[in-house]
Amino acid sequence: MIAFILRRLLQSIAVLLAVGVVAFSLFRYVGDPINAMVGQDTTMEERAELRSKLGLNDPAPIQFLNFIGNAMQGKFGLSYRTSEPVGRLILERVPATLELSLCAAVFALFVGVPMGVYTGLYPKHWSSRLFQAVSLIGISLPTFLIGILLILVFAVWLRLLPSFGRGETVQIGWWTTNFLTWSGLKALILPSITLGLFQLTLLMRLVRSEMLEVMRADYIKFARARGLTNRAINFGHALKNTLVPVITVTGLQLGALIAFAIVTETVFAWPGVGQLFIQSVQFSDIPVMAAYLLLIGLLFVLINLTVDLLYFVVDPRLRSQGGAARVAGH
Amino acid sequence: MAARSALSGWLHRAADSDVWWSFKSSPMTVAAAVATFLIVAVAFLSPVLAPHTPFDPATLSLTDGLKPPAMLSADGDWAFPLGTDDQGRDILSSIMYGTRLSLVVGLASVVVAMTLGITLGLLSGYLGGAVDALIMRVADVQLTFPAILVALLIDGIVRGIISVKRHDEIAIYVIVGAIGLSFWVQYARTVRGSVMVEKNKEYVQAARVIGLSPLLIMVRHVLPNVTGPVLVIATINLGLAIITEATLSFLGVGLPSTEPSLGTLIRLGNEVLQSGDWWITVFPGVTLAALVLAVNLLGDWLRDALNPKLR
Repeated sequence: MIAFILRRLLQSIAVLLAVGVVAFSLFRYVGDPINAMVGQDTTMEERAELRSKLGLNDPAPIQFLNFIGNAMQGKFGLSYRTSEPVGRLILERVPATLELSLCAAVFALFVGVPMGVYTGLYPKHWSSRLFQAVSLIGISLPTFLIGILLILVFAVWLRLLPSFGRGETVQIGWWTTNFLTWSGLKALILPSITLGLFQLTLLMRLVRSEMLEVMRADYIKFARARGLTNRAINFGHALKNTLVPVITVTGLQLGALIAFAIVTETVFAWPGVGQLFIQSVQFSDIPVMAAYLLLIGLLFVLINLTVDLLYFVVDPRLRSQGGAARVAGH
Repeated sequence: MAARSALSGWLHRAADSDVWWSFKSSPMTVAAAVATFLIVAVAFLSPVLAPHTPFDPATLSLTDGLKPPAMLSADGDWAFPLGTDDQGRDILSSIMYGTRLSLVVGLASVVVAMTLGITLGLLSGYLGGAVDALIMRVADVQLTFPAILVALLIDGIVRGIISVKRHDEIAIYVIVGAIGLSFWVQYARTVRGSVMVEKNKEYVQAARVIGLSPLLIMVRHVLPNVTGPVLVIATINLGLAIITEATLSFLGVGLPSTEPSLGTLIRLGNEVLQSGDWWITVFPGVTLAALVLAVNLLGDWLRDALNPKLR
């Protein structure tokens, strides 16, 4: 088990290094940092001097180490578009994205898993068939279309909910939160549903197929023979055994959630990191793109690592010898 | 004569096969196939069928602007059955041309992803060693990120390298490349797995013994035996590629508004959505959803029909 964890850690560091190299090459070779900093009338001599002062004439490996060192201290240079420090620009927008992703994940988990359990236990019931059909449509509709349709119905026609922005927020330290005002909470509803719907249908279909499989297993028959209540069988025995794939998918989908927050934030003009990223792609604002790439890379690697380690907590079979190889083979 | 009997023989065999049987016995799949065929046919015949040429400025008139759909509203004009946008462009014709573009980009990017994935997968599986390790590590790193993010990043890098004006002209190639590059991993992994099984079989050893070059063995002997699963992935990925293109165009980093795909049309409509002119967005949206749903149903069916475990 320790060997497995060590190997996963090494792999994670390798992935992070690769992401770092991509971000560094972007920063160093695609955009010209000097052009972005000086005006039209700067002479070639001044440019050359600035170049050597910033260490741009150093060998590439040294520059790379400097880049990573600065990134660890949150220094990503200045945005080409707004000339603000990239670190601060991103930090200001992190709370908006995290609160949105959290709400979407909670919505997907607490609606998707029960729906999956229900359709798995009663696959022939008409409401299960209805859920199935709806989930197929949910998987085929692109995120942005769901957002637009929700805006059309609830904001334009019914005028019940706001269609853009965060509403009023409360500042706690550097963190701004939506959870403490009424208008902030109302502003969260439509974006969270939009962002969480795909994850919801995915979880529902996954839990359903796992439940169908588990309910045929021998230990369920024996549990029935022992006279356990339906409730104990359904939740104590069946649901618990569907949890391993659910954890994997939830974990991996957390990453997808943050990636698709880009789309949701654009539809709802939500002032988060994703919107910042889209603006930086449109203006080819390289420092912001490089910083976003590094942050997302770090986040994804941490998520994947946590998911792998969680297996050991959930599935006791893996804690024995040789279990590690099975997980790695998944 | 010989060709004709060969064709009819092939048709007889096809009609007897269990793939055809599983197609016939699933009404949902037949419906999806009919819908896909109709959408594709109408889209590719749009220069003939479309009532207007919406992206020729000479034929537009601003007095036709923002007409509601004729079939739902008395204010509409039957020359524009699904209404017009704020520039007076016919929505129906825009959708027909837009669907064609979405399909072309989707198909082309699947072909790019498939070619790249098959090539790298063949090399990786057949050669093994350092080549295999390198390709698979790159695949691992890329798989850490969702495809849409990779495509966005590639698009952003290209924008950083070339000027904006030039970018609009080559936008379609950039987007095909970006989507293709972000979807190759799945093909490469599948092909690599099958190649590693195939390369130890007798026919490959025999080919090696008679002295054929590795390239010839890979392309002529191994490749035909690993294409089955690749086709299934390609069908399933087509829907995903169409959605990705629509999403990129919606975000404003895909196709320009002078040459709109379904995603671009939805973005343009979204800008005027607040004023209640819903038809500009909703009709392209419904077309996109129907197209993707039909393609996905076909892909699911193909996957199940070709999977011997499910028979």
